[in-house]
Amino acid sequence: MGIRQVALLGTAIVSAGMIAALTAPSVAQAQNEQFIPNLVYRTGAYAPNGIPFADGVADYINMLNARDGGINGVKIITEECETGYATDRGVECYERLKGKGPTGAAYFSPLSTGITFALTEKAPGDKIPLITMGYGRSDSRDGEIFTWNFPLLGTYWTAANVAIQYIAKEWGGFDKLKGKKIALLYHDSPYGKEPIAALDIMSKKYGFDFLQIPVPAPGSEQKSQWLQIRQQRPDYVLLWGWGVMNSAAVTEAGNVNYPRDHMLGVWWSGAEPDVLPAGDKAKGYKALMLQHPAGKFAVHKDLEKYVISQGKSMAKPEEFGQVLYNRGIINSMLGTESIRTAMAKFGNKPMTGEQVRWGIEHLDLNADRIKQLGFDGMIGPIKVSCLDHEGARLSRVHQWDGKEWKVISDWFKGDDSILEPLVKATADAYGKEKKITPRDCSKAS
Amino acid sequence: MGFFLEVLIGGLLAGVLYSLVALGFVLIFKASGVFNFAQGAMVLTAGLALVRALDVFEQWHWPFGLALLSAFAFAAVIMAIIAWMVERLVLRKLVNQEDIILFMATIGITFFLEGLAQTLFGADVYPLNVGLPKDPIFLLESLFDGGILVNELDIWAAVAAGLLVAGLALFFQRTRIGRALRAVADDHAAAQSVGIPLNQIWFIVWLVAGLVALVAGAVWGSKLGVQFSLSLLALKALPVLILGGFTSVPGAIIGGLIIGAGEKLAEVFLGPSMGGGIEIWFAYVVALLFLLFRPQGLFGERIIERV
Repeated sequence: MGIRQVALLGTAIVSAGMIAALTAPSVAQAQNEQFIPNLVYRTGAYAPNGIPFADGVADYINMLNARDGGINGVKIITEECETGYATDRGVECYERLKGKGPTGAAYFSPLSTGITFALTEKAPGDKIPLITMGYGRSDSRDGEIFTWNFPLLGTYWTAANVAIQYIAKEWGGFDKLKGKKIALLYHDSPYGKEPIAALDIMSKKYGFDFLQIPVPAPGSEQKSQWLQIRQQRPDYVLLWGWGVMNSAAVTEAGNVNYPRDHMLGVWWSGAEPDVLPAGDKAKGYKALMLQHPAGKFAVHKDLEKYVISQGKSMAKPEEFGQVLYNRGIINSMLGTESIRTAMAKFGNKPMTGEQVRWGIEHLDLNADRIKQLGFDGMIGPIKVSCLDHEGARLSRVHQWDGKEWKVISDWFKGDDSILEPLVKATADAYGKEKKITPRDCSKAS
Repeated sequence: MGFFLEVLIGGLLAGVLYSLVALGFVLIFKASGVFNFAQGAMVLTAGLALVRALDVFEQWHWPFGLALLSAFAFAAVIMAIIAWMVERLVLRKLVNQEDIILFMATIGITFFLEGLAQTLFGADVYPLNVGLPKDPIFLLESLFDGGILVNELDIWAAVAAGLLVAGLALFFQRTRIGRALRAVADDHAAAQSVGIPLNQIWFIVWLVAGLVALVAGAVWGSKLGVQFSLSLLALKALPVLILGGFTSVPGAIIGGLIIGAGEKLAEVFLGPSMGGGIEIWFAYVVALLFLLFRPQGLFGERIIERV
């Protein structure tokens, strides 16, 4: 070996040592990060609804990192993937992101019932939980069959049940439903069809006529549906739309002079982008709330301080505190509190999907903890368990006054005497079809 | 009977709105033989440019009329820039290429325009008020219980479509440029050989299609708010084109009327017995049935290629 080769070898060894020394801390740091993927739709037909939700999700995580250094000292890293609300692209995003970070994805929130249906088949194999807050399969609240699904805060069957409770209360009791006609104007997709099973049961129980009117996606043209409504004259119209379908429905209701205060949207049809394009025609329109209203609460002060004022948010000023932005921060709060719950058992380190699943299943946020987190007034207590992956079945109703949403009702609770048998029957049927052995929740730790 | 008439009239008026989008397709196909898949994206771009400019001018407290005219002018300039870029960056490089290559290029333009428009002007829903009345009116209330419901906006849309068709018919039949456009459509190379400037013609036809897209964007935007779904209107225009013929301006209107009335009557009277939501595919069924008897569409030119 000549002098030149020796010099080269020495240089290489020194360089390698320096690189190792320089990168060692960042590798160690990367090992102490929790990866949370963020499936979004910032473009396409559903972007007006997808953007504020995605901004809320991202801002809450940014706030936790800036204010607390993450969760118990574990920094959160996140990456957005654009699904365009398309199931195939959602699955592609899932496949791309599920293995990222030192422990893989903590959980997925697809923000699409179609994507949720597809991922429900994949999540058990990959051991990654799905948080489908207020959407997805309604029977997935049954944790004995759906180990990896968590439709936190409410399912569509809960929503359908609360909607009928609200209408009954408005009319003076359940007996007043008999002989009345209630129409469901729905997005012709798995999402829109989801409440039909529950409404069918309630129409038989309470004796109202149940009229089903599908709207082909995206729902921008609804003339024929609203002419049917004008002819059939239902006493109430339940709106199960998303994106442009909602504002088009409210506009067409105005065009056929259907009273807007006899329309009740699901919580995905009750945000600002659903009413603003309809202008004055939206005045009086009502929608269920996924518990929370629009507006600013204690948590918004920290968001303002650590994210908004620091220029770290993509949210437009008017978006901050709107319905879907608030829903996004709640989604992140429930996810990160589940990780915190998991850390209490498994230690303060990045959690695997399996550990996070345990955390979600043991999530227990009482009123004090919700207040401590700054969400007092937004949501009520939630307690998830092996048997109950929904955690809470509460909802309220708000009404658009032409400028803002006003809460107009007390809390309603989903009636389990109607919901539970339906959940059990369909979940068991799903389990048999997929050859899933039900977990024994009495033995779940 | 009253309800049947109401659905029929509603369908006819909806069909006129589809025709507004279909017209843009016809113009470009008629003049260049290119099936412009990007027409829906052009409606979106024009609508977004219009509404965002109008918002800005209103914030500057300009009188409404001036703000509206300026916003239309701004959107027209944007459409002119797009027409120029399409001609300069895409079509010029593809002269005398196969039709399918030009078609594929317009698919690329679609995705580019959708992304660019949302990046430049935003991806929210923007309510648009161009001063058109939007209230419902009830006709023949003395004859039918509740009368026949018609929306004023739809009537104005029909007026706009009528004016556009008249203007375009005059443009194609009575102007030198119109005749040149038709010559280019027949044969690019032959038109060039007799001195028709192909590049200029293509710019003009894309500009005219852009202006038609602006009218469609203004009407549909007034109805729904300007938002991404305007781009999907292309899907509503396709059966209209199949039925009316790709080269006929009156065909786009007649096709729109038949498709609009057909799909609404089917949805209302057949839909409930078939589970509902049939109007989208039913429109294509109607168009395909017509094709069985007239493959070139109702008013399309019969193309005979000898081999």
